[in-house]
Amino acid sequence: MDYQAVIGLEVHAHLKTRTKAFCGCPTEFGAPANSQVCPVCLGFPGSLPVLNKAALDFAVKVALALNCTVQEFTKLDRKNYFYPDLPKNYQISQYDLPLSRNGFLDIFTGKTRKRIGITRVHLEEDAGKLIHQESVSLVDFNRSGIPLLEIVSEPDINSPQEAYAYLTALKSILEYLEVSDCDMEKGSLRCDANISVRKAGEKTLGTKAELKNMNSFKAVRDALDYEILRQSEEVASGNAVVQETRLWDAGKQKTLPMRAKEEAKDYRYFPEPDLPPFIIRAEAIEEVRKGIPEMPREKISRFMSDFGISEYDATILTSRKEDALFAEECIKEYPEKDKKTVTNWLIGPLLSEANNRNCALPGLRITAKRLLGLISLVERQEISGLSAKTVLTEMIDSGREAGEIIKEKGLSQVSDSASLESVADEVIRENVKSVADFKQGKESALMFLVGQAMKKSRGKANPKVIQEVLKRRLADA
Amino acid sequence: MNLNTSTLTAHELIEKLDGREITLEEVLSGLRERINKIDPQVKAYVRRNEPQAAVNPAAAGPLKGIPVTVKDNICTEGLNTECCSHILEGFRPPYDATVIRKLKSAGATILGLKANMDEFAFGSSTENSYFGPTHNPWRLDCVPGGSSGGSAAAVAADEAVFALGSDTGGSIRQPAAFCGVVGMKPTYGRVSRYGLIAFASSLDQIGPITKDVEDCSLLLGVISGHDPLDSTSVDAPVPDYGKSLDRDIKGLKIAIPKEYFVEGMEAQVKEALEEAVSELKKLGATVKEISLPHTKYAVPVYYIVATAEASSNLARFDGVQYGLRIKSENLIEMYKKTRGEGFGQEAKRRVILGTFALSHGYYEAYYLNALKVRTLIKRDFDGAFKEFDCIVTPTSPSAAFKIGEKVEDPLKMYLSDIYTISANLAGIPAISVPCGFTGDNLPVGLQILARPFDEGTLLKAAFAYEQATVWHKMKPKV
Ligand SMILES: [Zn+2]
Repeated sequence: MDYQAVIGLEVHAHLKTRTKAFCGCPTEFGAPANSQVCPVCLGFPGSLPVLNKAALDFAVKVALALNCTVQEFTKLDRKNYFYPDLPKNYQISQYDLPLSRNGFLDIFTGKTRKRIGITRVHLEEDAGKLIHQESVSLVDFNRSGIPLLEIVSEPDINSPQEAYAYLTALKSILEYLEVSDCDMEKGSLRCDANISVRKAGEKTLGTKAELKNMNSFKAVRDALDYEILRQSEEVASGNAVVQETRLWDAGKQKTLPMRAKEEAKDYRYFPEPDLPPFIIRAEAIEEVRKGIPEMPREKISRFMSDFGISEYDATILTSRKEDALFAEECIKEYPEKDKKTVTNWLIGPLLSEANNRNCALPGLRITAKRLLGLISLVERQEISGLSAKTVLTEMIDSGREAGEIIKEKGLSQVSDSASLESVADEVIRENVKSVADFKQGKESALMFLVGQAMKKSRGKANPKVIQEVLKRRLADA
Repeated sequence: MNLNTSTLTAHELIEKLDGREITLEEVLSGLRERINKIDPQVKAYVRRNEPQAAVNPAAAGPLKGIPVTVKDNICTEGLNTECCSHILEGFRPPYDATVIRKLKSAGATILGLKANMDEFAFGSSTENSYFGPTHNPWRLDCVPGGSSGGSAAAVAADEAVFALGSDTGGSIRQPAAFCGVVGMKPTYGRVSRYGLIAFASSLDQIGPITKDVEDCSLLLGVISGHDPLDSTSVDAPVPDYGKSLDRDIKGLKIAIPKEYFVEGMEAQVKEALEEAVSELKKLGATVKEISLPHTKYAVPVYYIVATAEASSNLARFDGVQYGLRIKSENLIEMYKKTRGEGFGQEAKRRVILGTFALSHGYYEAYYLNALKVRTLIKRDFDGAFKEFDCIVTPTSPSAAFKIGEKVEDPLKMYLSDIYTISANLAGIPAISVPCGFTGDNLPVGLQILARPFDEGTLLKAAFAYEQATVWHKMKPKV
């Protein structure tokens, strides 16, 4: 029996406004505990919230980029629940009149495109952070009051891969807009998932579980993988899936039911009386829209049409805004009409260097000009492709120019046939069997001998020249 | 100099300080003496044993260092601000409320002692204070009204020059009426709520309690105005309220709502009102009866909206950061014990009522409907103010009642706010001025209501009436 997963994601993203949502405290991460607090974000009696206009603008920006309708009339509400990290014991959030609704986000899995609906995007405030010690629990309120966007998807996601792609695409949009750091490790991006399974072809939805405590995109994917299996087995063996909250245990690679007894959730929402409702006028929305930069989707299309590169390549290059900016500079400056070579360089060695170093392309400290210089050395056969990769790593490590490194390491490609003759002779002497094979008409034996010669020259030999020399000497031999 | 300064109003003190007839030190020590002598009977102030000196005797500014008495729910930097609740025991805010900041920069001295009140302003008699009741200076066995009973009693007994109260459903006006002084609830948004420990955020407003209307205009002028820290404060110009005090109310159009003259109003209150109305007519005002048809819903609507907001506003008192904490084995126990011991009975009653009104399945029936009716009540007033400049009513259906008389009957207690609640629901300004006495020598108050942000007209009418009568000159014999 085949099972289909039905998944909806709820993402919370910190907005990187300079100050908090309802007070003037800074939002920087990593400050000493309770050093970025004031009576308002500590919920002291008598203090009152004042909406940070920048947070609202950021939220509208995201809503528009996610193709949502921004509501003209919106208000903030109180979500009431007791928890020690919540200083007022209510969270300022949005309930029945969220900032925006009905958007969508296009995602790619492999080569297929899919549209995922966005139910709503709304603004709220974050809570503080509990620090449990041996016999006491402490609260750090630095995070309390940082503006948070809640982005809720429709249950349009049907696989862990799609969930992963959705999160990647969403992160990419938030980064393009420069409204969030999207760092799951620092807690500036968090994701919960609602998931149920049903037999393929069935219309009614199964009972869902809510998954929490996933600290990376990969963890979301793994947790969903596990949960699909678990729920499918429950259904297959005739058991009912229990509606519950489950926590992902990365160590055990399992979801486990939350141990604390779950009470019926009644948040007793009501309009926040300290903040009057507000009207977002059409002109103000247009103003924000004008400030939205080119989004990943648009960039992909432009890379395809302007540079003739594939959608797949364009998607990879544009996933991070900084990568896209660097890639575009390189591709534009690259003199050939066919951009395949430079694209391969970017997607291959460059991105893998960046991944190894946990940074984006500009973080490699190699300018477009220097990179193109290196590529042109290869094209002019002054160094081999193999040496070029060594040179690239060295350029990134030391920040030096290619020419300098090539000279120092003696990596310039040897194309002088005279100096390669002794190498060829040596190879012929040492590989009697391959020479015999070649003479009997086995073409592949020649390639083996070329390989041996390259090795002997430590990559410096020009493969085309050495091949010619070998052929000539073999004929003589 | 042998002048008894404690009986003087603020504007009289300013005059005498300006004329160098008295010194600020004489004013402060005179007040201290008076408090030491009278307060053991009246109990207008709380935590009297704590050595809290008057702070910032800054003689600069128009208020010349004159001390102002502050209700215990208005934050004063470094001075205990406990809302007369056990749960806020020892709470000293690290900041001043905006009104305190304004008063300080106008040269006022903030009296270190804070005025008694019903816990979290929940009540109409000041009997719900953790520190025990305040006594009415006119009759010590009677309540001073509430919740700003301490502020009103202090002003009436000359234990304060003037005072700040807060008014959510009548908490300034009703005690002002019970104690024979002037009290005003300004328009919602006129005075910043920043630093007022919230009872019901959409109804609360800080206002003056004073010995006469001129002091009321003086204090109102200092504390009014837009505050960027309070998003519900309104950016409207603050007029020079002193200019309203011209005694000329010829042609002023006054309405009397017939719904207010129903069962429950004491005969002596009715008589006092009728006399006041004929006085206003004598002064040149025209008076006509009107209908405010949704009046009868005001009390139920109020007790839903106010308790709902209160239930959420009081959630923060949980023992985690400040105030009382009853140490316990686990978090839930700590919440339960701290709140169980920290809140008084009326606070618990209102938190439970409000929590219920907001609960799933009841929200629409209670809270949402209450908001709708609130709009209808507001429309009643909008309609009336198209034709009339003011509405006059009694401030309370009765004069001060006996301490303990209504404690066991919360509903009866709630009904004592019946005339004052509507102004909070509609957000309009209202003032109470003394308008006579009952046979038991207890003061009666006249309430005047006006259009939003038209405190000027309130002051004008109240001043004209006050100057034509002697009530504000009467002093209790404590
Ligand atoms: Zn803050």
